[in-house]
Parts: sequence; C-alpha cells; structure tokens
Amino acid sequence: MDLTFSEKEIAFRDELRGWLAGNPPAPEPGEGGEDAHYAWRRDWQRRLYDAGWAAPAWPAEYGGRGASLTESAIYFEEIGRARVPMAANVLGLLLGGPTLMVWGSDEQKERYLAPILSAEEIWCQGFSEPDAGSDLASLKTRAVKDGDEWVVTGQKVWTSGAQYSKWCMLVARSDNEAAKHKGLTYFLMDMEQDAVQVRPLRQITGEAEFNELFIEEARIPDANVVGGVGNGWKVALTTLMNERAGLGFALQIRLRQLLDDLLAKAAGRGLLEDPRIADALAELHVRCESIRLLAWKGLTDVERYGQPGPEGSLVKWLWSDTNQRLTQLAIDIVGAEALTAGESWSYELLRGRGNTIEGGTTEVLKNIIAERVLGLPRLKAVA
Amino acid sequence: MDFGLTDDQRDIQRTARDLLAGRATPARVREHAEARRSDEALWKELCELGWPGIAIAEEYGGQGLGQIELSILCEELGRSLAPVPFLASAMAATVIQQDGSAEQRARWLPGLASGETIGALGAIADGTAELVTSGGEADVFVLIDEDGSGRIVSRAQADVFPVEAIDPTRSAARVSVAGDAGEAIGDGSACAGLGRALVSVSSELVGICDRALEMTVEYVKDRKQFGVPVGSYQAVSHRCAQMLLDTEKARSTAAFAAWTADADPEQLAEAAAMAKAAASDAGREVTASAIQAHGGIGFTWEADVHWLYKRAQIDAVLLGGAGSHRAQLAAILARRAGTPVG
Repeated sequence: MDLTFSEKEIAFRDELRGWLAGNPPAPEPGEGGEDAHYAWRRDWQRRLYDAGWAAPAWPAEYGGRGASLTESAIYFEEIGRARVPMAANVLGLLLGGPTLMVWGSDEQKERYLAPILSAEEIWCQGFSEPDAGSDLASLKTRAVKDGDEWVVTGQKVWTSGAQYSKWCMLVARSDNEAAKHKGLTYFLMDMEQDAVQVRPLRQITGEAEFNELFIEEARIPDANVVGGVGNGWKVALTTLMNERAGLGFALQIRLRQLLDDLLAKAAGRGLLEDPRIADALAELHVRCESIRLLAWKGLTDVERYGQPGPEGSLVKWLWSDTNQRLTQLAIDIVGAEALTAGESWSYELLRGRGNTIEGGTTEVLKNIIAERVLGLPRLKAVA
Repeated sequence: MDFGLTDDQRDIQRTARDLLAGRATPARVREHAEARRSDEALWKELCELGWPGIAIAEEYGGQGLGQIELSILCEELGRSLAPVPFLASAMAATVIQQDGSAEQRARWLPGLASGETIGALGAIADGTAELVTSGGEADVFVLIDEDGSGRIVSRAQADVFPVEAIDPTRSAARVSVAGDAGEAIGDGSACAGLGRALVSVSSELVGICDRALEMTVEYVKDRKQFGVPVGSYQAVSHRCAQMLLDTEKARSTAAFAAWTADADPEQLAEAAAMAKAAASDAGREVTASAIQAHGGIGFTWEADVHWLYKRAQIDAVLLGGAGSHRAQLAAILARRAGTPVG
C-alpha cells in the first residue's frame, strides 16, 4: 500500500495547478440564463483546449496528453479544487470520444474527435426512453435501413445538452427479430435536422438540464454506425463504463467542496458546538473520505487489473446517498432562508434528489452488487 | 498510488487465514465459548509463530513489521473469532512501544512479543476500567485515563474482577487500581499509540463484518422459501448489499488509517477516529443484519452468527464507540474550520 503520488504525477499536478492559477475562466455571466451559462462553459473549454488541457486522458495522437488514470483523476481533483466549471462538451470528452477510440473506424476518429476536443461540436447521449430506463435494452426507437441510410423513429429522454448538440450517441433497435440485446445498433445522429425535435424537460429545480427528443424519420448515413450493426449493446456499455469512471471521480470532489462549505458555515454560526450537528457533519466527513478512498481504490484496480469492477456501484450509491444527506443537513445549518428560491442550498437540495436516480438508480445498483459482487441468485423477471 | 498489499503482506494474510481455518474452526470456537475458556493451545501455537510480536521492534524480540501487518492479523483473528488474547495484548504492546520510556519498553516488550506476558488495554475512570477485554488472563494492564495519558499496572498492583461479558470467546474483567498504582507511561502526556490501538480494533471489526456477510450470503443462497432461494428476494439481497457497503466503508477507512500509522503519522489521529467510527457502526449493523437474514435459525444458540454479533458489540464500544469518535472528528474539523475560511 502506498497512498502517495509518484514524482511524475506530482509534476503533472503542479503543471496543471500552475496553469489553472494563471488562467482563470471569464467571470460567470450573471444574466442571460442557461444559454449564456453554456456559452461561458464553451468558452472555458476552448481555453482548456488551446492550452492542451481539455482531455488529458486522450492519447496524444488525438490531441490529449496520454495521461494515466491516476493523472486523469488528479486532473478532476484540480479542476474541482480550482472551482472552475466543467468543460461544455463533457459528454463528448468523457463518453463519446473514448467510445469512438474503442469502436470507431479510422474515418470516424478522423472526422469526429478533434471537434469534440475543441467544443466546436457538442455531443449528447440518446440512450434512455420513456419506457426504457433501468431496463435500457428494452428500448423501442427503431432504425430501418433504406439504401445507404437508416431511417430512425422514436423518443428519447434525459438527453442533457441536446439543445446545444451537433451529434447524438443514439442507440436504436435495428432488428426486431433478434434477441433483446442483440437487435441494437449504436449511431451518431446529426441533431441538425427537422426530423429531430428537442423539447426541454423541466426538472424539480425549475431548470431544464435535460430534454426529450422526438425523432420522426430522421436520416442517419450508414457511415455513422459505430461498432457494427447489431453490436449496439456492447458499444453502449463502453460508453456507460466511461460514465461511471470519469464522472464518478469528478463528483466525489464536488461533494468534498460542498462539505467544506457547509463546515465553514456551521463553524461560522457556532453550530459545531451542537452535538447533533457535529455528529452529522462528522459522519458526512467519514463518508466523504470513504468515497474518496474507494474511488481511488477502484481506479488503481483498473490500472493494475484492466477493467473496472462492479464495485464501482458501491461508490456511486454511497456518493448519491451522502450528497442527499449533506444537502438536507445544510438546510438545518443554514436555516429556513436556505429554502428560498435562488439560494444555492435549496438548489443543491432539489438537485440532489436526482442523484439516486441518474446513472443507475440505487435500486438497480443494489441488484448489481447483490448479483455480480455477492453472487446472489437473480430475481426472476415477471413476464 | 497503490491500495494493494505487497506480496509479503499477502503471504501473511494467506498463511494466517489458512492456519485459523484449520485451528479456530466454528466447532472449536464454540467449544471454548461455551466453556468460557481461552484456547491455550492455539495461543501457544500463535506465540511460537511470533504473532504477538509482529509489530514489536526486533530489538525486543519482535518481527519489527508495521501496523498494516498487525492489522492483517487482527482482521483474520476477527474473521475466525479465535478465543485468544491477541488483540488486547497487541494493543497494550503498541502503546508501550509508542509512548513508553526506554526502560518500560525494555521491561515489558520482550515478554509481550514472545507471548509469555499477556497485556490488556482499558480506559479508566474514577480508578476503575470496566470490561477490559482479555483482562481475565492479562499479566499487565495499560490503563488510559480520560486525558489520554496512560499507566502500566501489573496484575499484582490491581484488583481484577472477572466479568461475564456477552462475548464468551474472550475473557473480560473489571480492573480497579489505587490512585498511585503502577507507573505513568513515558512522560505522562497523551498516548499517541492509542491511534494504532484503534486501528487494530477497527481491523478486527472489519474481519467480523466480512465473515458475517460471507455466512449470510452462503445461507440466503441455500435457504429456500416459496420455492426460491430467499437471497433472490430484493428485501434480502438489498440487505446483503447494504452489509457490503457498510463493510467496505469500514475496510477502506481502516486500511487508510493503518497506512498512515507508519507512512504519515500526522494524519493518524484523524484517520483512526474515522476508522473506529465506521467500524463500530459497521460491526453492529452488519452482524445484526446477519442474524436477521438468517431468520429464526439466526436467533438460535446453535447457529454461529451470534458469536460474531457479540464480539462486534464488545469491539464497537472498546476505546470509544462511533459517537465518541465522531465527536473527536468534529473537534478536529472545527479546529480546521477555525483557520481563516472567509
């Protein structure tokens, strides 16, 4: 066991830390709503890109730095510590690009990777459907071959950033006859066509991070199939695995920051003297540290043994539950005024409810842990 | 960064697990628990193998290894519930080694390393330490005062009353001493070695949780009701998932604390408090869940899960429960937040 960074990793961290200190993002726009905010994040990604910091984990040949997993985790820690925004094209950088690197043709890599990195073309993810959430493989969006094109019809939901996106990572059913998981194909769909309608999905926070996609005979050239016809489930799993690994690390850092903010708030109000508050905060601290340790352990396991294990589900579960507890406790510490609109803690409280649903509900994570980690028998699905 | 054990550490773990699987079988543990007797043959064998001295310096006859290695043994002994005074003696030795004067180390450590002397550690208030684990057979007591300072008291200098604690796999005693009995450890300041002692208990609790989960998973896979294994019901399987989460929370914090003890001692106090808070909670929750998931069988004397529950209850309060360690953490956090935070 050695929980220290190597010299190379420290050099990586110091270089990034130095750059972040000298190159802050433009001031966050106070008005202009979500569009202005998104433009600000796009501008920030452009700055990262110009300095070679948009996606250090990407191999050098695609414009990255070939950073190791540990360095990549350090990257997210530092981005978090500097309190700069996430790059605008986060789904392209963390999910789309890495998926193409595994499954894409040379032509696809050539065509798509560079504009992801520069935020010239934004990517979104079209997986979930109204009737296919946890049971993703039951999705119904249809893709029918028509000459050298596919005609796609269906509905997608929870598509974040769709209104800004040029490309959608779309999983659709290309073969109705094949078994559930086998009839799926992974496409890159051009969002700039009339056949694709984006409707913002207003969530309980009042904002619209997500969208619904209504797809009515959209056209996708055959050249935009990723990983082969009928291979969509495997390609989608690559995307989902990257979602857990990359985003997961960034999230635990965000949690740490929220806890530090809350501790400062509690200390400022003398509430650390209150045994009930002190106990709850200390428990959050233990959980936060445990999440950090488990996240690092998962990452170093991947470095040593290859694939991430199903244990990653534990981290996501513990993180989401802890974030909900934290934001609820914040209301007690800050007081009733925290519950007024526009207060950041009221936003965090409401947004936190999504944590145990998005990216795998806690119930599904428990199933994964029970079946794949503990080896318990699978519950028979009701037909 | 590397969270794995070294090859040598893995060897220690494997050897310990194999040995205890043969020597501290459930039947043998039960036999000693029901007779409320320590397993002297096993203790003798462990002493011959040098276990009690694993983390004691070579100059005192120990093996000179670190807290990680000691924690590996504590975890394995917790898994097996071996009826031996290992944990108590190791904790006493740790404090003497870390905080004792050269003379105290020279006097006590060789015997503790060889196992000829059995030590025990207790927290003392108003002249009495309640429920000192392995106090029944201890030759020497390390008693920690409320301010964290400690003293060494030989058995002859103390009044030792055997107590029947709920965990019959190890003895327990109430130890009373006169105000000036024994001698102060080191210069009489708070014992830094307590941090390591906390890590050792936490590691034992991790082993207990691990075993409780393992037994439960085996049972719910096998036990059928309504024609299917009960482990296929989510009410049961999700309980098992929760047991794993609690165990991993305890394991990760205990491993971190064990690492800090030798590699980054400045972080030990905080890491040890985290580890003990997580492990105390996990020990209670996971072993209670094990009884519940075993159903009626789990409530019988015949099933072995109750031994785990009982050991966990004792360990959970040993050197302070989860609440007291969270209070310590809160104090550390308050000090940190007290530095300019805007």
